Amino acid sequence: MSEPFEPKILAFLCNWCAYAGADLAGVSRLQYPPAIRVIRVMCSGRVDPLYIVNGLKSGFDSVFVSG
Amino acid sequence: MDKFNEGLAKRKAIYKLYPQAIPSGYAIDAEKCRLLGDGKKCEVCAKLCPSDAIDFEQKEQLLNLEVGSVILATGFKTFDPRQFEAYAYASQPNVITSMEFERLLSAGGPTAGHVERPSDLALREEIVKAEKGLKKLDRQLKQLEKKHGKPTAEVVEQFKAGAEDEDYKSWASLAEKFAASDGKLAALKEKEAASHAPRKIAWLQCVGSRDINRCDNAYCSGVCCMYAIKEAVIAREHAKDGLETAIFFMDMRTYGKEFDQYYNRAKESGVRFIRCRVHTIDPVAGSDNLKIRYATEDGRAETEEFDMVVLSVGLESPPGAAELAEKLGIDLDHYRFARTASFAPVNTSVPGIYACGALQGPKDIPYSVMEASAAAGAAGSRLAGARHTLVKEKTFPEERDISAEPARIGVFVCNCGVNIGGVVRVPEVAEYAKTLPNVTYVQENLFSCSQDALEQLVEVIKEQNLNRVVVSACSPRTHEPLFQETLRNSSLNKYLFEQANIRDQCSWVHSSDPDAATEKAKDLVRMAVSRASLIEPLPVPSAPVTPAALVVGGGVAGMVCGLNLAQQGFKVHIVEEKEHLGGHALKLKKTWKGEGVPEFVSKLVDDVTGHDNIEVHLNAKVKEASGFIGNFKTAITLNGGGDVREVEHGVTVLATGAHSIKPDEYLYGKNDRVFRWHELDKAWESDQVKNAGSAVFIQCVGSREPERPHCSKICCTFSVQKAVELKKRNPDIDVYILYRDMRTYGEREDLYKEARALGVIFIRYDLENKPVVRETEGGTLEVTVMDHVLQRPITLKPDFITLATAIYTRGIEELAQIFKVSISQDNFFLEAHMKLRPVDFATDGIFVCGMAHYPKPIEESIAQAEAAAARAATILAQKYVEIEPIVSVVDQDLCIGCGLCETSCPFGAIRLEKIPGKGYRAENISAVCKGCGSCAAACPQKAIDMQHFRDRQIFAAIQAGGARG
Repeated sequence: MSEPFEPKILAFLCNWCAYAGADLAGVSRLQYPPAIRVIRVMCSGRVDPLYIVNGLKSGFDSVFVSG
Repeated sequence: MDKFNEGLAKRKAIYKLYPQAIPSGYAIDAEKCRLLGDGKKCEVCAKLCPSDAIDFEQKEQLLNLEVGSVILATGFKTFDPRQFEAYAYASQPNVITSMEFERLLSAGGPTAGHVERPSDLALREEIVKAEKGLKKLDRQLKQLEKKHGKPTAEVVEQFKAGAEDEDYKSWASLAEKFAASDGKLAALKEKEAASHAPRKIAWLQCVGSRDINRCDNAYCSGVCCMYAIKEAVIAREHAKDGLETAIFFMDMRTYGKEFDQYYNRAKESGVRFIRCRVHTIDPVAGSDNLKIRYATEDGRAETEEFDMVVLSVGLESPPGAAELAEKLGIDLDHYRFARTASFAPVNTSVPGIYACGALQGPKDIPYSVMEASAAAGAAGSRLAGARHTLVKEKTFPEERDISAEPARIGVFVCNCGVNIGGVVRVPEVAEYAKTLPNVTYVQENLFSCSQDALEQLVEVIKEQNLNRVVVSACSPRTHEPLFQETLRNSSLNKYLFEQANIRDQCSWVHSSDPDAATEKAKDLVRMAVSRASLIEPLPVPSAPVTPAALVVGGGVAGMVCGLNLAQQGFKVHIVEEKEHLGGHALKLKKTWKGEGVPEFVSKLVDDVTGHDNIEVHLNAKVKEASGFIGNFKTAITLNGGGDVREVEHGVTVLATGAHSIKPDEYLYGKNDRVFRWHELDKAWESDQVKNAGSAVFIQCVGSREPERPHCSKICCTFSVQKAVELKKRNPDIDVYILYRDMRTYGEREDLYKEARALGVIFIRYDLENKPVVRETEGGTLEVTVMDHVLQRPITLKPDFITLATAIYTRGIEELAQIFKVSISQDNFFLEAHMKLRPVDFATDGIFVCGMAHYPKPIEESIAQAEAAAARAATILAQKYVEIEPIVSVVDQDLCIGCGLCETSCPFGAIRLEKIPGKGYRAENISAVCKGCGSCAAACPQKAIDMQHFRDRQIFAAIQAGGARG
């Protein structure tokens, strides 16, 4: 229990905005914690509530939807 | 010196122009190179380059190109304030230009987006230099100590005591130098500790613009007001801790689409706006700060101190413009911009040579992009006969059927030079990929996207009999199409490709943590592989294009656009509500440059009605429309609703124009001597106007008010133009223009200057203190307005008043509904991107031009119409349009006909259809579907899935991502 908690976050990013934003963060070399795992979707409207439940069940600590 | 960063940073002798440069290649600065510049031995780069890409023999080449037309787009240069002492630019480090400030604000700039004072940057550089020098001295002293086995202090003592050893003498002087440098460094560091990010920044507008006193430029540069506001707003957002910003301006010229709203928001957020021209910038002794002295509008002298001053420099004709013009034989105007006419806004004086952008006058990005399309269209229309003659068609080998094969995935892990390999341990990721299910081949690449790597990829796919490819590299947003094409070259369907983004979203953003970045890269590869196992080949359907255009609106914009397309050989339908073509231009007499509008319009109408490819529908309205890019079907009601005609077309252009409001203030409609714009033109020859001794113009009637916050853009120029015409006809007439900000942007400033020279009187008023118009008992008009200089109300007794009433649109909501396009807050049509796609709608195949997009003068309407025609022609010139197969698919056996999908679809791409015996079932209209997947997420029955983003494919990625290690 001595290790600090490192969350693992599942992120659904819209191809047209948030995913592009994540790319831009890269191009701009903005640094952020390496906790997120991104799944690209064509629109955040694609994100079925089941995906979120499935993410939490699969071992992710939280789910982030951005679009 | 890094020229791209305005000299605020240094770069090496081998450099890339800027991070996003196209081509994204490095060059050697021949002047600074040891070999090429100094003639010294070096060639280190050539030895290190693994691709043998260094060629010291490269020379300038002279190319001979045979072309049918030429487009000039050489841009502008910014005004150089160095030449004028008053701006203190050359003498004060913290007086910088707006271009330099842009670089300071940029995340890719010299300070990574943190605004810092150049004096502090210089200080830090000095410290680094001093530290280096001190270290060198320290090393030398240590060497001496070692050599003689004595501490320096002892030697210094001995020398002071009178020792005369030569060796000791230089040793002691070295020690003295060390002490002095040490002291200097301490002082510098002390100064650095006291320095801080700027807390107060001033912007000075019109530097090198609207100034004739000092050989600056008389015209308005048109873009500086807006960029200064943007810089102030962004700097404040970035600084967070209450940065104070002040913009010193003469007239705030935020005349573009939604610009005034931006100005209002800036004011509300705390950016200060001070109306004056600053006359003196003084240094503040001992602090690198600056003191600004200025006079307020009411004549008080003020002084204020700032940490930094930004000069909003104007735009000038680019270097070499005169030489270029002479070579090509094109005319330049008196400001050395390429001369163009209002009715042919991208044509130079030489047929076949076109000019766009700031080369032909200062302008902003949206209008430059518009002109660029217009120039491309004009050139294209000239070359329409030669279309497709020099094109080589690309062909792909036949696709392999993989349906019976188990997944055989090839994983290619890219180093991207050091971009990925410098952080992520690529060999480890590649080793790991070999352990993943269905992976039969793994390879590491230096650059996966290089030509040789792509050629090799084609071979590897064949040799290894791969049927899925995962490239673990940069972003699919930039490189997916390239790799997909490579798959097609290798007989695989392009949808059998998957990309893991381990650069933009991994190595670049976790550069200080290689372990975590490597773990994340492995996760991302695992997720991509899981998904790749389940992806399927998708056929790419295509549909034939109907080579016809529907243009809604028969004003100047609609006619220019339609005529241009017709001349390119496409069928055009023009739908006009009224009984005649021409729109509002029929009411105009002259452009601001003095060209006759009626002659132009009547010729345009003749050309349009006489053209074989154009069918004009008068007295007609659009009733309904269906279809998609390349294949629209629109029903038009003719003769006021009696008949309906169905038209098939490949593109749609909306050019429905705008109107001016009928105000219920300033006695409009109550007194027949109060006119709106065109009513003045109509009454121009009447005795009332002809014999008038005094005339008043009131600006911003209904514009820039809470109810209608936009600027109507054309009114200032119109009123000034009319004032000049009145004065020229009768020099004895008194003309007053009551305005809020005089927005005669660009070279229109010449008119404003001329009006003042002719004695037109300009009186500025505030929204809080609007002019009051009343009718006296004797029946004369009386206008009372607060004079901004005298600071007291004055009364005018004009013979007539002209109101510059706001421009607005009417009834565009209905059209927006029919064609599924958006409308802006101001109730104008909303383009796909305000800066970069100014004539496209977000809906493919539909375009906008003219006043329905935003109020604009005739030359801008024509340019936009030509731009819309050019954009439309790119679709009409194709035989087929490819339809993206990432669309929804409905399993009608599972569907219960609830209709949630239909309501959730923003594009009308899914609808319920009646199936005999089953009730309603959902049906997808693939060509309209944008692939967002809202319907699939909304479906309670899981009867809808998205091609290429199927539930099971996404679940596979989720589960692979969630597993640890």
